[in-house]
This record gives sequence, C-alpha cells and structure tokens, in this order.
Amino acid sequence: MRWLALPFDTFAIQLLNAVQYGLLLFLVASGLTLVFGIMGVINLAHGSFYMIGAYLAWSLAEHFGNLGIAIVVGVALSLLIGAALEWLFIRRLYDRDHLYQVLLTYGLILIVEELRSIVWGDDVHAVPVPDWLAASIPLTDTLSYPVYRLWISGVCIALAIAMAFVIQRTRIGMTIRAGASNREMAQSLGIDIRFVQLVVFAVGIALAAFAGMIAAPVSSVFPGMGNQVIIICFVVVVIGGIGSVKGALVAALLIGLVDTFGKVLELEVAGIPVLPELAGMSVYVLMAIVLLWRPEGLFGKRAP
Amino acid sequence: MRDVGPIVDARGIHAHYGLSHVLHGVDLIVHPGEAIGLMGRNGMGKTTLLRSVLGLLPPRRGSVHVRGVDMTRAAPHRIARAGIAYVPEGRGIFPNLTVRENLIMAARPGVGGRNEWTYDRVLATFPRLMERLGHGGQQLSGGEQQMLTIGRALMTNPDLLILDEATEGLAPLIAQEIWRIIGQICATGVAAILVDKNLAAVTRVTDRNIILVKGRVVFEGTSAELRANPAIGLQHLGV
Ligand SMILES: Nc1ncnc2c1ncn2[C@@H]1O[C@H](COP(=O)(O)OP(=O)(O)O)[C@@H](O)[C@H]1O
Ligand SMILES: [Mg+2]
Repeated sequence: MRWLALPFDTFAIQLLNAVQYGLLLFLVASGLTLVFGIMGVINLAHGSFYMIGAYLAWSLAEHFGNLGIAIVVGVALSLLIGAALEWLFIRRLYDRDHLYQVLLTYGLILIVEELRSIVWGDDVHAVPVPDWLAASIPLTDTLSYPVYRLWISGVCIALAIAMAFVIQRTRIGMTIRAGASNREMAQSLGIDIRFVQLVVFAVGIALAAFAGMIAAPVSSVFPGMGNQVIIICFVVVVIGGIGSVKGALVAALLIGLVDTFGKVLELEVAGIPVLPELAGMSVYVLMAIVLLWRPEGLFGKRAP
Repeated sequence: MRDVGPIVDARGIHAHYGLSHVLHGVDLIVHPGEAIGLMGRNGMGKTTLLRSVLGLLPPRRGSVHVRGVDMTRAAPHRIARAGIAYVPEGRGIFPNLTVRENLIMAARPGVGGRNEWTYDRVLATFPRLMERLGHGGQQLSGGEQQMLTIGRALMTNPDLLILDEATEGLAPLIAQEIWRIIGQICATGVAAILVDKNLAAVTRVTDRNIILVKGRVVFEGTSAELRANPAIGLQHLGV
C-alpha cells in the first residue's frame, strides 16, 4: 500500500472545499429527508429545484443587477412554487404506494426540465460573485481562498442552526414531529396537518432552490444540474437515516470529505492504483459500509 | 351554556370499513356538561362511532353537527377546534416528544377563549408527570402514559372530552386513580363520553348511558336505570 500525502496548504484548501460542498448538500438533503420522514413521500424531483434555484439566481441577478435581491425574490418564488406543487400533486401521494410517488415525481423532473428549456433555454451560464464577496484570503504566497466559498459555508451553518432550533425548540417543531409520529392524533388535537405538510414541503423546496442559488456563482448554471445532486442527496438521506436532519448534516459532511479527498489523494494497494482512479465510487462505498454497520442509517430509527 | 344546544349531535350514523358495514344508523347526542357512558362488548362499534364523530372516519350516511354546525365531512382538526378532545384507545402519545412537549404542543384556549386548563393546572392534576417532564413518551409506564394523554387532551381546554378505554390494561390501583381524576374533571363541567368495560365505575360518573350491539343502539338510559336493571348489563355486556 502506498500513500501520496498532500502538502498542508493543499490539504487545508481541500478541507474547506469539502466542508462547503457537504454543507451545500445538507441544504438540499434536509428538505428531502424531512419530506421523506414526515410525509413518507419520495420526491425524485427535489434536485430539479436545486437547478431551478440556480436558473432563478442567474436570471433574477441579471434583471435586478444584484444577487442579494435575486436570492430574496427567488426564495419567495420557490416557496410559492413548492406550496403550489404540494397542493396540486404531492398531497395526493401521502396515502399511496412508493411506486406512485416515484412515477409522479419522475414525471415532474421531465416537466421541470422541459419548462426550464422553454423559459431559459439550454445554454450554460455563469453568475458573477457579488462584489463585496469577491475577495480572496491569501493562505500562502501562492495560494488563496475565495471569500465567497467561506460565505456559503457560513450561511449553510446558520441555516442548519436555525433549522435545528425550529425543529427542537419551537412549538412549530413540536407540531411537525408530532405529525410525523402520529398524523391522526395530531389532527385530533386540533392541528391542521395538511397545512403543516404544505409548509414543510414548500420550505424543503425553497431550501433546495436556495442551495442552487448560492451555489450558482461557483458551479455555473447548466441543464440537468439537479440530477447529479439528487442522487448524492438520496445517499445522504440513507446514510444519515431517513427523516433525521441531524443525520443529514453528518452524512452530508462525510460525503463532502470522502468525495473531495477521494479525488485528490493518491492511494495504491498492492501496486494497483485505487485513488483517485476509483474516486467516483467512494461515496457509494461509504454508503455500503454505513449500511452494513447500521442498516437504518447513522441517526435513523431502528425498525421496530 | 345550557341553552346553546348539544355540543355533538350525530344522527343516523352509518360507518363502513371497506365492505364491512359496522354502524347501522346510530344517534349520539351530547349536551354541555353531560357525562355519557358508551358501552358494548368488543367489536360492537364504540371506537368506530367515536372516530365517525371526530372526522377520522367520515360516515357513509348520517350527519354530525358540532355546536349546530354541520361537520359531517369536516377535517378532524376543525372538529377538535370546536372544543372536542380525544383520548384514543391505545393512548397515542407522541413517543418522539418529551412529556413536556406532548403537553405544550396541544396547548390552546378553548372555544370562547377559556383558559382554565393551563400547563400548571394539568401538572397539578397529574403530579406523577412532574418528575417525568424531560422523559420521552415511551419511557413512561402505562398509567403515566394514560395520564399524559388525558392531560394533553385537557391542554386544549375542551368542552367535551372523549375517553376510549382509558383504564384498559392498567393495574387496579392505577385504574382507580384514573377514575378518581376522571370524576374530578367531569365535576368541573366538562362534558365527557366514556368508553369502558367497568360498568360500575362508568355509571358512577355518567348521567346517561348508551349500549351498542353490532353497530346498533340497544339501550339508552340513565345510570340509575342501568343499576336498577342488572339484567340489561348481563344481557348486552355480560357483566
Ligand atoms: N380498521 C378496521 N378495518 C376493518 N374493520 C375494522 C377496523 N376497525 C374495526 N373494525 C371492525 O369494526 C367493528 C367495530 O370495531 P370497533 O369500533 O373497534 O369496536 P369496539 O370499539 O366497540 O370494540 C369490529 O367488527 C371490528 O372488527
Ligand atoms: Mg374500541
């Protein structure tokens, strides 16, 4: 076995990238795991709203000339889109088999992709980093780290804390958890569970779209960009444990680390190159290991 | 309150589970402050009747009026918010919430803004819960779980409290304590529907009683009538 170690400054930069990628994944996956855990709905189209977010950021930033305003307007639009989708389609799925959910939400992917093509076209776009975040912090004489990426991580951490606070400490959070454990009982205590579900779904969509918006300046905006994200997000949900927001955070960070370092480390076992050649598999190997060890995921509830 | 008419006025309720026809035209009327016993052997349709009234199993035929408003097909939360609280069979605590959260999540003023049942008053009624506030729901004993569900129902400041088999599976001493508390609650003027196997305990609290056999009302009368005619209980309840 032979390792090729990274120089420390490269390592530091990759670590920051890994955390930033993981946190962004968490934003997308948290909505997916909540909707899955609370409403029991598998939303394959969740990643499409990551793409919609990126396109919204691009077109609204062009329109307003300001990414900040674009994000505020974009989040409001995403909430409305999410609420409308729940009301039109998703609420018909709660009592149905997963097969119907997969069919309907796969159909949504195709529709969203087609609408995107009609509204915005099929070109790849770049979104400029806002001026006040455009600087870089020098790490060594030759290396520096963009402030915008640090800002992404900071925003994601703030949102993760806010989410934990709402779910664990507020009456709304109690209501959401109660509804997840026993829908009928929650209703019989006067909770409008349909409204709670509409809000949770809309917030999940808005989080995915928001992730797409803040990622747009670093990842560019292109057709099908949600499809890569959704697969990794399902891996996050499965590793973290279905329905667990805490699990999604830990799993997303783990995946960020494994994916990033899988691509930059060099590893040879018995003369056969393993990394980075097989880096594309690293995330799935991680999932397999976690599932062998804990089939319900890191923070999932053990099946009774 | 007395002249506002019944809290619940359910007439001619027919309920089905798929193809099986479970209730055959049952009436259930509850006036403010009244305690009603709902009795019958297992599988006679007591729980089904309650679920029909609560909007959890909308009746195929018949109507449910709550405070004069037609709620036959209303969502369960609207019926609950009209002042009805439910303690279901098998309790239905939220195991992923702490005892404190189970109570807090239900808290709301009653119809007309009454706020008699505060968090503190519920804990004073069930002092055993006080030592368990931070515990998860599933760490409680059966009796404590039952106290928690009753306490949680009271947090909604209901005008009508529905208790389905509240003492089922509890040790006799615990069951006695629950009955004592149910008596206290009814004495405050909250109306109640009590489903229980224990005829003597039920009739001690209730004013009026209904016996269901195979989804039909076969007896309706006062507790005094039931006590004076032990044959009725013997025939329909086997006690
Ligand atoms: N979810 C259900 N699906 C099908 N049949 C049911 C269901 N719940 C109850 N039943 C049937 O309906 C009848 C009445 O049940 P229930 O109302 O629970 O009776 P009780 O509460 O008086 O014991 C029984 O014959 C029971 O088998
Ligand atoms: Mg029953």
